[in-house]
Amino acid sequence: MLAETLLVARKDLRVEWRAKIALGQVAPLALLILVVLAFALDANSSLLELGAGGLYWVAVLYGGTLLIQRSFDVETDDGNMDAFRMSAIGAPSLFLGKSLALFVQIGLLELVLGSGIAVLYNVRVADWWLLLVAAAAGTVAFSVCGVLWGAMSAGLRVRATLLPLLLVPVLVPILLAGSRAFETALGVRADAGWTWASLMLVIAAVHTAIGFGAFGFLLEEG
Amino acid sequence: MTSVTHSNAKMTATATTRVLGVLAIAATALMTVLGLLISPADVIQGEAVRMLYIHVPSIWIAYGAFVLTSVSSILFLRGRKRREDRGRHYDRLAGSAAEVGVVFTGITLVTGMLWGKVTWGTYWQWDARLTTTVLLFVTYLGYLALRRLPADPIVRSRRAAVMALISFVNVPIVHYSVDWWRTLHQKASLSVGRRPEITGEMYWTLLYSTLAVTIVAAWLIIHRYRVIRLEELRDEETLAALISSRLDKDDGSN
Repeated sequence: MLAETLLVARKDLRVEWRAKIALGQVAPLALLILVVLAFALDANSSLLELGAGGLYWVAVLYGGTLLIQRSFDVETDDGNMDAFRMSAIGAPSLFLGKSLALFVQIGLLELVLGSGIAVLYNVRVADWWLLLVAAAAGTVAFSVCGVLWGAMSAGLRVRATLLPLLLVPVLVPILLAGSRAFETALGVRADAGWTWASLMLVIAAVHTAIGFGAFGFLLEEG
Repeated sequence: MTSVTHSNAKMTATATTRVLGVLAIAATALMTVLGLLISPADVIQGEAVRMLYIHVPSIWIAYGAFVLTSVSSILFLRGRKRREDRGRHYDRLAGSAAEVGVVFTGITLVTGMLWGKVTWGTYWQWDARLTTTVLLFVTYLGYLALRRLPADPIVRSRRAAVMALISFVNVPIVHYSVDWWRTLHQKASLSVGRRPEITGEMYWTLLYSTLAVTIVAAWLIIHRYRVIRLEELRDEETLAALISSRLDKDDGSN
């Protein structure tokens, strides 16, 4: 199962490496979102410093949704879903492999955005461990949710609009928990940052369990 | 599907549902009398407390409808290899229950906002209960959107069933949000294993309202189920008629 998982993840990352969509298009666009959000707040530096955690996760939400969309467009445009059905790769391995590939891509996006808020919003990190754990937990949760909902809308004609509609309400708790944990890590809020980071891990665990059990149903044809 | 089945199913009403419908109207009328005239005003909330007689039962019914959606979805997925009507039965039940659940979640939100305007002085607060309820509402709207997509009916139903299971995760989050987070929203008025927050006539009116709203919801779910079944029959007959006319045309040209 581990070999199959790594095989699928490697395949997705190789496709991405050749196309360079994540770093070439999505990351610059997400950085642009950080700039636009700063304009929306009248470039008020103290306000930006206070809201940096939330704004960061909003940018991740936007860029991550695009990456999830692309992760499944690649499969459906070339009829790869049929190939997966025909192959001996199990649905749980496929689910984990695609989640792992998305984890790497969203992680890279977060590195770019992290540098972005450090420079643009002038934030200082008060608790590096909390920041890293919260970012990792949020990325895992984001990836597994993304793969589940991406598969849900894959191959449908209206998937471009359907995916955000289905995905965003599910991602809002991650966004909320991530914002709170980051605010604590950045020293702008004396709150239970570790509790919020744990909540993201719980969300990730629940969706991973559902993905393990239900991903096969999403792959089946009529 | 045979034409006999179709002719038997051209209406959504039967003798039983007509009785249920009359019962629903009578129960709603009595609920109105109890809630507006007989039950007293609250010492703190005043007349605004009457809103709770529709607000609290609505969210309970919504939870119940979403439980029904989830259970039906599991049964649909378990029997997915069968193509006969029984498998579709669970899918229809899941869809009709979700629609009714969404309607009652909407009623909960509207009555809650009206109650909030009177009690808190504002229609909306970024409170954990309110925010999670909106998320629940939007999630199930997404579920209904997925059910209406132009796609293979079996594939669509299967994906909708998986989505129903994931969406249900929100239900306990909404319910326990008032316990898990510090919120402006009051604790649950009625809760299993805990002393009720209200007593006397208010308590009985709230219990009765829950019963009345349950009857209305059951009536709605049954009718919605039958409408979905009729829509499926219409689609099948339309397709059969189109194929038949095409075959007749081909025969004529030969």
